[in-house]
Amino acid sequence: MPAANAISLYNCQAVDTKRIPVAGITEFRNFVIEAAKSGKRIVSLFASPSSPQQVRLFAVLADDNAGNLSVLSSDVSDKYPSLTPDCPQAHLFEREIAEQWDVVPQGHPWLKPVRFHHSYSTGRDNKKEEPILPSVMDFFKVEGEEIHEVAVGPVHAGIIEPGHFRFQCFGENVLNLEISLGYQHRGVERAMIGGPDKRTLHYMETLAGDTSIGHTTAYCQLAESLSGSNVSPRAQSLRGIALELERLANHTGDLGALAGDIGYLPTSSFCGRIRGDFLNMTALICGSRFGRGLVIPGGVGFDVNKQHSDTLTEKLARALKDVNVAADLLWNTSSVLARFEETGVVQPEICKELGLVGIPARASGVEIDCRFNFPAGIYRFAQIPISGWHTGDVFARAYVRWLEVQRSIDFINDQLNTLPEGQIKTNIKPALPGKFCVSLVEGWRGEICHVGLTGPDGRLSHYKIVDPSFHNWTGLAMAMRNQQISDFPLCNKSFNLSYCGYDL
Amino acid sequence: MIKPLLARLQQKHRTVSFPKGTPVLPERFRGRPVVDSSKCATGCKLCVDSCPIGAIKKEKNALSIDLGKCLFCAQCEGNCSCGAIKFSREYRLAARTKKDLLLNGQEMKLAEALDKRMKKLFGRSLKLRQVSAGGCNACEADTNVLGTVVYDLGRFGVQFVASPRHADGLLITGPVTENMKLALEKTYDAVPDPKITIAVGTCAISGGPYIDLPRVNNGADKIIPVDLYIPGCPPHPLTILDGLLRLLGRIK
Repeated sequence: MPAANAISLYNCQAVDTKRIPVAGITEFRNFVIEAAKSGKRIVSLFASPSSPQQVRLFAVLADDNAGNLSVLSSDVSDKYPSLTPDCPQAHLFEREIAEQWDVVPQGHPWLKPVRFHHSYSTGRDNKKEEPILPSVMDFFKVEGEEIHEVAVGPVHAGIIEPGHFRFQCFGENVLNLEISLGYQHRGVERAMIGGPDKRTLHYMETLAGDTSIGHTTAYCQLAESLSGSNVSPRAQSLRGIALELERLANHTGDLGALAGDIGYLPTSSFCGRIRGDFLNMTALICGSRFGRGLVIPGGVGFDVNKQHSDTLTEKLARALKDVNVAADLLWNTSSVLARFEETGVVQPEICKELGLVGIPARASGVEIDCRFNFPAGIYRFAQIPISGWHTGDVFARAYVRWLEVQRSIDFINDQLNTLPEGQIKTNIKPALPGKFCVSLVEGWRGEICHVGLTGPDGRLSHYKIVDPSFHNWTGLAMAMRNQQISDFPLCNKSFNLSYCGYDL
Repeated sequence: MIKPLLARLQQKHRTVSFPKGTPVLPERFRGRPVVDSSKCATGCKLCVDSCPIGAIKKEKNALSIDLGKCLFCAQCEGNCSCGAIKFSREYRLAARTKKDLLLNGQEMKLAEALDKRMKKLFGRSLKLRQVSAGGCNACEADTNVLGTVVYDLGRFGVQFVASPRHADGLLITGPVTENMKLALEKTYDAVPDPKITIAVGTCAISGGPYIDLPRVNNGADKIIPVDLYIPGCPPHPLTILDGLLRLLGRIK
């Protein structure tokens, strides 16, 4: 098997970049394709310039059962044979590589822009003068007498982020949904290069503002590994509490929003308020409802004293009771179940083939969760069982959220009861030069992957972020196949993906 | 049918008494910074150097902090050994002009109400269209929260509507990315005159953490006129609500 020469890593294990084998493109292709066939997932596939004429492709594959990552690289110039025809998981990664570096994956069946910007490679992109307009591209089109097209966005009807959705419909039925994003593209990955600096942590906090804790934890773990620094058990525990509070707030909000989308107002109203209670618990710890300033390199910015801990325990108990009452209404109301069940089904085979992560994967019976498969920080000591369901519909995605709410509350209570003594932060050393590290965190949406490379000066020479939304937007498109277009808001909410996390 | 009714009783009445009552904010909440140049040590620029955005200026020992750029990270407070900058728990931050966002130790000039004609039109009924233009979804989320039973925005006659054509104004979040510039311009044009624009969050005021990056426009007023600035990263829902009600002349 050609996989033999890939390097094997654990989550947050830094290695010398030069130890990552550089294979020929054929060997590289075979490795990724075979690994995907044997059930591994692509957690990241990106390119970084290796010489003025070449870029180096890095493939990071996860073996969920073994809990390890294998990494292989390959140098390519302006083109290479696309992986996507043999490995659909690679489709969006390859589109991203093509857009960022002007390297053509030949034979890619769906080669379109991802974020609508000029390529980063100097000299190769001759069209730099021409402006690139978002969503100006060839959309997949269905033709026929009674076919019609519906275009929605970028500005939507609610208070949400911008994105463009193009539906091909036959009557009320959606034959295909194509999602075109990039409106939120701020250039975060490029801004990370040469860091860390004063702004680095703020980029991470606002990468996806509803996932501040998830992304800052991924970054801080990475920065700590790259510098060989250790974080105190107390800080690890507080990071875990913060991550689960973030999950609680968002899951509860989603249960309410799902109820709102089908016009079931009791749960919608209750959960809208309870979500705020969870956000306020995060604010109790750090002053910010979104956990700004809480997770910092070397530990956490705020400690929790006995009084905070008691208040949190009491508030959690009340919130659990309230959210249970609100959610029970959903599971016991036939008109709710009629809308949730068998709507927007994603089959487990599709999940695996496309490499979906997080809630949509677990709701289709694909049991993956970084907290369990790739534990880092506190999750190495306190494991949370994977919550799953098997039906792959809106109901399953709602139900998994509810299961996770209960487990997160148990976890926080356990942590508060057994909070280790000690410091909350240590000064971390500067990052070591020439290192490569992958950091995985199970954010509330799913797997967050950050990959950092340091240059000879120890500064970041490349930074790659994969928000769970990057994997999962295609899952939403698949869930909409042969659904009524009127079910789109419901299906969309059941995924609740990030635009800015995808657009970076 | 009895179950939802029992649940309703169990969940209780939750709307805050704002603006009449005193709002409860967390102990560690970082609100408006208080600047006291008299405490500032001569020659020391630790606060200026620690600010990730360059929101702090020190000229001839006079400190000033630009709320339109401030991320409320309190790095300056942490680095200052003299107590010249302290973050208070004051949540009222909204201003009508960028000049009013510059804090230098004087009393902050909070947002004034719209003029008589505009107040007559919008004072008791304001319909807004929200445009996220590169926002990270935190400002969006804490604007959305105003619609929950806790804040119950509808009781003030303020409502978010689904189309700019139904709206009296825009509420903008995000630094205005290059890719959202055209959409923002078109949405603004689609709102019938007279109209108002509200920039919520540090990004929409100045670009926030993304200030001067090549893919962003450093805030909404680089593209369209802005009538109200609500600082914060993100602003607390009460900060947003306070700003809206001040603009409408409902709080003075």
